[in-house]
Amino acid sequence: MDFTLSKAHEMARSLFKEFAEKEVKPLAQEVDETEEFPRVTVEKMAKVGFLGIPVPKEYGGQGCDPLTYAMCVEELSKVCGTTGVIVSAHTSLCCDPIMTYGTEEQKQKYLVPLAKGEKLGAFGLTEPGAGTDAQGQQTKAVLDGDEYVLNGSKIFITNGKEADIYVIFAITGVTVDAKGRSKKNISAFIVEKGTPGFSFGTKEKKMGIRGSSTYELIFTDCRVPKENLLGKEGKGFGIAMHTLDGGRIGIAAQALGLAEGALESTIAYVQERKQFGRALSAFQNTQFQIADMATKVEAAKMLVYKAAMAKATQKTYSVEAAMAKLYAAEVAMEVTTKAVQLHGGYGYTREYDVERMMRDAKITEIYEGTSEVQRMVISANIIK
Amino acid sequence: MKIVVCIKQVPDTKGGVKFNPDGTLDRAAMMTIMNPDDKAGLEAALRLKDQYGAEVTAITMGLPKAEDVLREAIAMGADKGILVTDRVLGGADTWATSQTLAGALRNIEYDLIITGRQAIDGDTAQVGPQISEHLDIPVISYAQDLKIEGDSVIVERQYDDRYHVLKAKMPCLVTALAELNEPRYMTPGGIFDACAAEITVWGRNDLKDVEDSNLGLKGSPTQIAKASDKVRKGAGEKVALDPAEAVDYIVGKLKEKHIV
Repeated sequence: MDFTLSKAHEMARSLFKEFAEKEVKPLAQEVDETEEFPRVTVEKMAKVGFLGIPVPKEYGGQGCDPLTYAMCVEELSKVCGTTGVIVSAHTSLCCDPIMTYGTEEQKQKYLVPLAKGEKLGAFGLTEPGAGTDAQGQQTKAVLDGDEYVLNGSKIFITNGKEADIYVIFAITGVTVDAKGRSKKNISAFIVEKGTPGFSFGTKEKKMGIRGSSTYELIFTDCRVPKENLLGKEGKGFGIAMHTLDGGRIGIAAQALGLAEGALESTIAYVQERKQFGRALSAFQNTQFQIADMATKVEAAKMLVYKAAMAKATQKTYSVEAAMAKLYAAEVAMEVTTKAVQLHGGYGYTREYDVERMMRDAKITEIYEGTSEVQRMVISANIIK
Repeated sequence: MKIVVCIKQVPDTKGGVKFNPDGTLDRAAMMTIMNPDDKAGLEAALRLKDQYGAEVTAITMGLPKAEDVLREAIAMGADKGILVTDRVLGGADTWATSQTLAGALRNIEYDLIITGRQAIDGDTAQVGPQISEHLDIPVISYAQDLKIEGDSVIVERQYDDRYHVLKAKMPCLVTALAELNEPRYMTPGGIFDACAAEITVWGRNDLKDVEDSNLGLKGSPTQIAKASDKVRKGAGEKVALDPAEAVDYIVGKLKEKHIV
């Protein structure tokens, strides 16, 4: 077992770090304050290929492995949680299912511009009554001639109003088994912004990741061409679950980045800040806190990188992804909270980044499967 | 069009400076980056490639680990990398360096050679013009803008208070200023391709028409008498403000340092 990164991975990390420091960090506070989507940053990321890292080159991507992609989300999130999730939702939740389940025509039409960053992607599964219980979907799609007619709404959609291409889930039928139990057949669709009947509802006012454009999507007799069905009809639930396995690696990387960012800021602060005539770092309490934070961050990193490697080499990686997301998210919350504590009163002000990082960290325990869902996934694979 | 860009791996000033006992830099022990002026030169070459189509070769002289800077150049868009490395070339001053690079460049076809104005570890600005002398081609230094017109380059050469527009027929050499452009980032896919790319490695015997007496430490007319890594304390920050503004400024600084 070798824990050293390859030369290429090291170089990629230095690229992501340089970009994050120069292009993303200077805007992070403003993006949070104004809740404005960082469009300029997204355009810059498109130019350097950050919006298609794991997509094969023949489809306009960079042809890199999931680990490189995870490191990109990690480095961006170290300085700005919003920017991290924009890339994660676009890549894991929109590019990935089209890459995995799309027809050649769908890949050419949608994946190529997504991977080049000419178009931005989003994913719509969650509904007012269907969060953790994804089977509780109400949005319906009825085939009418050559088109499916979508009716319903999706909420909490990342990149909501800013995206161009959406992967949307809807019920296409109900199957009743021999015992009379009914089961919803869910299907996945590729929906373009601007399709008549597709509109936006309210923008969410959030605690963290405030620039990420979280919107409600509304479908009212929205007619989607039949050829935009993604995968087979009725197979959407499996597509959603498989997509979320990959998405969890992205969010785990985001959580890892937030924890690392908070730890780095704290290490610098405790060496600079003096109380009772000594730097905070001279107090054993501070040293032990930093030691615990650094150890947990390192453990989270191992799980996140292992999950990313598993995606590259294994057919299923649900448990690895769930463990990475569960642990990294909880470490992010713990480390950012401790970071604020070690910053004292200054840490509670918006002048310091750790306050924003603590607010950004909370969502990583909730979206793309709560920590409780991750525990369900993990335990279901252990206790059979 | 064939463009060769001479680049140098230099110590990253953020990482501290270390010396060998003979006073030369201990390059193996320092964090490194691509010299900023050279990076602008590479970017200029890549823009010409984007605009007119060109083959861009990056060449460097240095330790085996200088290969990293060539991979970075390839990850940015260069087509090939050539590393000139040999123990006998170590400790070279500008004269021996330009002799070495000229010896290597005699093996390559080129229309345009671009070097950085100067490297941040030596700040001499001599190597580029010296190479042009050895190769007997025209040189335009301190380029702040660069265009191609037919078989010529048109360069804005920077001065303190003005610039001159100069035209030279190719083949020629241009030295680039960091202000010439904003170099592009590498791309993730480019990095993986660059790491898989083959780097051409040349030693002393691959250099054409160069005498041994012009190479390495022994071939260097410049000898370092003494080197020191002591950092002189700066003069501090000077601001000119009226008294009321000055008070706010000072209090702000004290707050920033958590003194008040």
